[in-house]
Amino acid sequence: MIELKNVSKWYGNFQVLADCTTSVAKGDVVVVCGPSGSGKSTLIKTVNGLEPFQKGEITVNGVSVGDPKTNLSKLRSQIGMVFQSFELFPHMSITENLTIGQIKVLGRSVEEARERGLKYLERVGLIAQKDKFPGQLSGGQQQRVAIARALSMDPMAMLFDEPTSALDPEMINEVLDVMVGLAQEGMTMMVVTHEMGFAKKVANRVIFMDQGRIVEDCTKDEFFNTQRSERARDFLAKIIH
Amino acid sequence: MLANFDFDVIQRSWVYLFTTGMKFTLTLTFLAMLGGILFGTLLAMMRLSHNKAIAFVATTYVNLIRSIPLILVIFWFYFLVPYIGAWILGASEPIQVDAFSSALITFILFEAAYYCEIMRSGIQSIPRGQVAAGYAIGMNYWQMMGNVVLPQAFRNMIPILLTQTIILFQDVSLVYVLGSVPDFVSVASKIAQRDGRLVEMYLFVAVVYFVMSFGLSLLVKKLQEKVAIIR
Repeated sequence: MIELKNVSKWYGNFQVLADCTTSVAKGDVVVVCGPSGSGKSTLIKTVNGLEPFQKGEITVNGVSVGDPKTNLSKLRSQIGMVFQSFELFPHMSITENLTIGQIKVLGRSVEEARERGLKYLERVGLIAQKDKFPGQLSGGQQQRVAIARALSMDPMAMLFDEPTSALDPEMINEVLDVMVGLAQEGMTMMVVTHEMGFAKKVANRVIFMDQGRIVEDCTKDEFFNTQRSERARDFLAKIIH
Repeated sequence: MLANFDFDVIQRSWVYLFTTGMKFTLTLTFLAMLGGILFGTLLAMMRLSHNKAIAFVATTYVNLIRSIPLILVIFWFYFLVPYIGAWILGASEPIQVDAFSSALITFILFEAAYYCEIMRSGIQSIPRGQVAAGYAIGMNYWQMMGNVVLPQAFRNMIPILLTQTIILFQDVSLVYVLGSVPDFVSVASKIAQRDGRLVEMYLFVAVVYFVMSFGLSLLVKKLQEKVAIIR
């Protein structure tokens, strides 16, 4: 479903992505990990065109992301994205956050959008908060709302950019639980995270990046048992206690 | 010394001063504020555009306007607008523009440069992640600006926008130089000249301006605490 071929990106002279090639099949859960500054967030943001790239090709469901003729807005509306810092709209209520995209982008009626948004809010266990504002919720709650917001657009795939990195430790699990549930339902997911427990539980594949390159791209079992690169071994030793 | 003053002139004329002069001044202030914020926001978006040509046009406009005294702009516009209008419409004679429209257009064009800078910093104060989140759910540029960035930027900037409007309220008195516009100061000065009570009248005008401007700025302070978005 998601195909990356020899993707390279530079900021000025600094190369942030070097020749990245990988793919995510429908229903796959792919975890992207690596040290900070390795380009993993940048990589995931190229998939829905939030970060432009200079070389290579990315296609999502056959649509080329880098092609100037592609309707990027339409493509993005079909790919859910969850950010590290939640990025709910602070001036809108939770319900409005869940419906704004459905109404403005998908052209759904207010009632339909509301019904669907609240269904997903219920699913992430926050229906009681529907009339509050994002600033009144905890980080973990905000991130679950952000997931519900993405889901209410009926995406064909979900991108997660370090969804738990900005959370207090006691809130990480409530977000991961929602993500595990999604994975088990067969949602196609690309997840940048350091949560190796999540990877062990639901990932089909693990991609390890270092200095803008994809160093390892293998099944979960291969990755955790027989890392081929020294960098990946080092990295795992540091984050798995 | 005060014994020589005759404040009766105010008692005789205050109804007229407010229903004609102040009404004109407030109407002009209000409409110029709306137009100025609208055009200023557009200029701010242009200044922040990735398109260098668009950004250059807006930047040049703002810098030019901000470098010219308002009184000159009022003068030029009043005398130029009839000719510009004729040129745009292709008429052979200068078109008739009433003093109100001419003053309104002048203030919108002038104040927009100042509102632009306020809205620009307002837009820049919104975290980039908000922009990304708007795009990520499939919004285009206008939907993203209209639903995500501008409402927040506007709300954050309300106190400063209103403070600028208080300045605009005072600036409106400069239409006095046109001689034919019934704003608060012009109307007051006509009555003062007619009755030979210049000092009394100008004292009164100053007090009115002070009370209204100072009162408004106190309101702005109160409002500031109310409109803040919880993050």
